[in-house]
Amino acid sequence: MAQKTYAGVTVDVNEEGYFINPSQWTKEIAVEIAKEEGITLTEQHFAIMEFLRNKVQKGEPLSIRSINHSGVIDVKTFYQLFPGAPLKKATKIAGVPKPASCI
Amino acid sequence: MWPLKYNYLNMKKLLILGSGTGGTIMANKMRKKLPSDKWNITIIDKEKDHFYQPGFLFIPFGYYTRKNIVKPGQKFLPKGVEVIYSEVDRIEADKNKVLLTNGDSCNYDVLIIATGARICPDDTPGLKGELWHKNVFDFYSIEGAEALADFFKTWEGGDLVIDIADNPIKCPVAPLEFAFYADEFFTKKGMRSRVNITYVTPMSDAFTKPKASKAFGSLLEKKNIKLVTDFFLGEVDNANKKILDFGGRELPFDCLVSVPLHSGDPVISKSGLGDEFGFVKADNNTLQSVLYKNIFVIGDASNLPASKAGSVAHFQADILEENIINYLTDKPLSESFDGHSNCFIETGYGKGILIDFNYDTEPLPGLYPLPVVGPLSLLKETRLNHYGKLAFKWVYWNILLPGRKLPVTNYMSMKGKKTD
Repeated sequence: MAQKTYAGVTVDVNEEGYFINPSQWTKEIAVEIAKEEGITLTEQHFAIMEFLRNKVQKGEPLSIRSINHSGVIDVKTFYQLFPGAPLKKATKIAGVPKPASCI
Repeated sequence: MWPLKYNYLNMKKLLILGSGTGGTIMANKMRKKLPSDKWNITIIDKEKDHFYQPGFLFIPFGYYTRKNIVKPGQKFLPKGVEVIYSEVDRIEADKNKVLLTNGDSCNYDVLIIATGARICPDDTPGLKGELWHKNVFDFYSIEGAEALADFFKTWEGGDLVIDIADNPIKCPVAPLEFAFYADEFFTKKGMRSRVNITYVTPMSDAFTKPKASKAFGSLLEKKNIKLVTDFFLGEVDNANKKILDFGGRELPFDCLVSVPLHSGDPVISKSGLGDEFGFVKADNNTLQSVLYKNIFVIGDASNLPASKAGSVAHFQADILEENIINYLTDKPLSESFDGHSNCFIETGYGKGILIDFNYDTEPLPGLYPLPVVGPLSLLKETRLNHYGKLAFKWVYWNILLPGRKLPVTNYMSMKGKKTD
């Protein structure tokens, strides 16, 4: 297990930089991870990250499809907020484990 | 064995919704288990035909036709099970009642939901557009598989794009098998040089788990099949024959073989029993609905993070049988479903791969079901695995559906598996 320091706080991450323990996350930390990804966070970013964190807390699987049901934004906006691979980027910045696709 | 409270003169009712793989297995199992002088068992489905769904894959290439994979469903249901052919309107779980679209209703003491998963091409803009079943196909329905078989007969080549819209999908290995078969099919037709095959997936790799991804990734490469990853299908542009992801990435096609988004039966959402995609919210290990104690779920209909595949329904069936009895006799439910799944993957040219895994353990190499003797090899291309896949059709009709035992464990065993 690796560790990283964001906003003066040391957190546990996996080899790809995803949080192992979502409770170590704070908004200040998110801002710093987002910088690494070249993203400046807005209220909309935080709103969708809260949706993702809530889902993880309830043990529900994350998917791109579920964004359309978030009541926050649609998938196209999600791509604009986190360009490239939005679910991967958003979960990394939101301090939750990388979404595992079940087979 | 029955506590006094069930020794009433009036009959109790077990109701099963859906007579696919899971529903049929449970009807057979529960009819043997529940005394017929105390328990009435009824199964409801709108379809009379039972399709061997793994057979859809073989149809586009002309290896099977419809008649090879369909049988009357009633043939596989035991005596003493009442069958109603009707569409279900909704489940009134508070009243232990199911309403049918023909106006009838059915009460139940215990309900098993086995309504499966379905493709929803309408949920992606343009997918079911003017090119649907002309240049854009699915092979998860008999109609789609047959339309594609016709198309392939006269197609002269071009860009063949195989695309998975998003997970979850039924039989997650089927699109890979399709790609491998396409390579063989067009090679044997002498036109492989005119067919560019591209495999497009929302995942970051050819498959979900590392060891299997590596194995399948190198097979795709060996067979000259291009892999495009992290592509979530946003739209099909019919006019320009292109698929676009939500970020605007484009891929041209001459023939699109799509695995559309999947959802549960609309009845589930309508009845308030499902997640946002209409899959029944259930306990990952006991198969009981998280909302109603007398409702259980089997197979693709659930939101369990397990494969949507027939083998999973089979492994769940023994546990579900046990748990229904536990529930009726006020015993704690068994939490023994471990996400076990097992499947043969056709890789073309008479070979196949077998994988065996569960919630926690990814597909590993080794031998199955026994160490040393196997006889089947895991995560390795062999002829025997291909014959295993072909033989499975017989096993499905004759052992699986009647609810008979297979000589393998329901839980995933580490016996024979190599962990590095």
